[in-house]
Amino acid sequence: MTMPTRDQHGSAPPHPGPASATVRVLAQARFEAVGLLRHGEQLLVSMVLPLLALVGLSMVSYPDLTVGPWADARRIDVLTPGVLALVVMSTAFTGQAILLAFERRWGVLRLLGTTPLGRGGLLLAKAISVVLVLVAQLAVVCAVGVALGWRPEPIGLLPAVLAVVLGAGAFASLAACLGGALRAEAVLALANLVWVLLTAVGGVLLPAHALPAPLGTVVSVLPSAALGDAMRGALVDGTVVWTAFAVLLAWALGAALVARRLLRWSD
Amino acid sequence: MTLTPALEMTGVSRRFGTTEALRGLTWSARAGEVTCVLGPNGAGKTTAMEIATGLQRPDEGSVRVLGTDPWHAPAAHRARVGVMLQDGGLPQSVRPVRLLEHLARFWDRPADVDALVMRLGIDAYAGTTVRRLSGGQRQRVALAAALVGRPEVVFLDEPTAGLDPHARREVHALVRETADSGVATVVTTHSFEEAERLADRVVVIVAGRVAAAGTVAEVAGPQGLETAYFALADGSAR
Repeated sequence: MTMPTRDQHGSAPPHPGPASATVRVLAQARFEAVGLLRHGEQLLVSMVLPLLALVGLSMVSYPDLTVGPWADARRIDVLTPGVLALVVMSTAFTGQAILLAFERRWGVLRLLGTTPLGRGGLLLAKAISVVLVLVAQLAVVCAVGVALGWRPEPIGLLPAVLAVVLGAGAFASLAACLGGALRAEAVLALANLVWVLLTAVGGVLLPAHALPAPLGTVVSVLPSAALGDAMRGALVDGTVVWTAFAVLLAWALGAALVARRLLRWSD
Repeated sequence: MTLTPALEMTGVSRRFGTTEALRGLTWSARAGEVTCVLGPNGAGKTTAMEIATGLQRPDEGSVRVLGTDPWHAPAAHRARVGVMLQDGGLPQSVRPVRLLEHLARFWDRPADVDALVMRLGIDAYAGTTVRRLSGGQRQRVALAAALVGRPEVVFLDEPTAGLDPHARREVHALVRETADSGVATVVTTHSFEEAERLADRVVVIVAGRVAAAGTVAEVAGPQGLETAYFALADGSAR
């Protein structure tokens, strides 16, 4: 058997250089996106549970989602943007935090850091993979929502896309803070606990306006509520909820700065 | 065979809090040779390897791999260096061949993945995810990952740990062939037998310092490598 580093004549061919940065990053992004979509537990949290929430809550009238600025809207029109926000939170935060923590544990981040991909390429690839997965997941939720009678406000599509981008940035940065700093088991427990709490009372599905005053005020400055409100404002009324966008931007920038300090590449 | 230093580490120190992991470490490795780094647990072998591969930054001293500071190395430099980490660094939910084919995409002219897979016997468990592989099987996949870019320098942190004798012999042959093809091959090991069998040069690290370096004959002397090693380790510990 021939040695792989030699050609058939026994002489060593010239050593290779790196593939182009675009090829490296896109290859890693595709690899990560396929991995995310094949991961059963991750799909349960980021896709199956949001779809169950969409279908289930569309069939009942409790809790009342048509509150505050959306008091006159149809239930499905308020519910679907919230489920879209839930998908963004699930994929960009819960999924990425857990994946990052276990990749640190397994040494994956360190190994890839020594390849031509490098640490910067890896982070960029992760961001692209989240976008790719979100596009697929949001398309499915939108299709199910339309099938259930959802009619989004067309003029709000652009602000909704902007909200998704800002929300994904904020939640991915928060994932880096958590998954990049704590032990894998702790991240697994905490990320799922945070997902449950934010889904239940974080203003994602149930608008913060529906909560009692002190709690509602606190919840309204959480990234989950800001993303939910930004999506509802855009897709129900076709408006830009500036306060929600400001809150999301602040979380995205703040969490990114904290992640720069906390993110460790090994366990 | 050229004797160009592919790795030059000079006066390197590294502290973790109050613990001095490396204390003025100075050693080198040459192209076309196997350099075995020996030392007890906690001696600083892995820290030295991680500094050489750019995963850690030294507090003091100079490191050059193929003439480049690995901490600031661009992709073009990393394309010339292969790394096998002690913990493998492999994603768990992917099959070995798919992983190697993926990693190969980071290079413009990588090794023939099929040939590498056959050579290391990975084809026998190609359909199994990394999570379900034995420790020895993972070691072979990690070794293949280090070689898939046809590196000029390769750092192998305990490449035969957990391997059965047959697999160990195959890995030894591959390491030898890799060095003979001109690659500077740096191997950390606890095994005297492995060092005696593989090494062109040996570097013994004890308590963060180089206790001895040279050819196996130079370091071992008439009493053999094992005896010389324990004399060095015990002497430095005192």
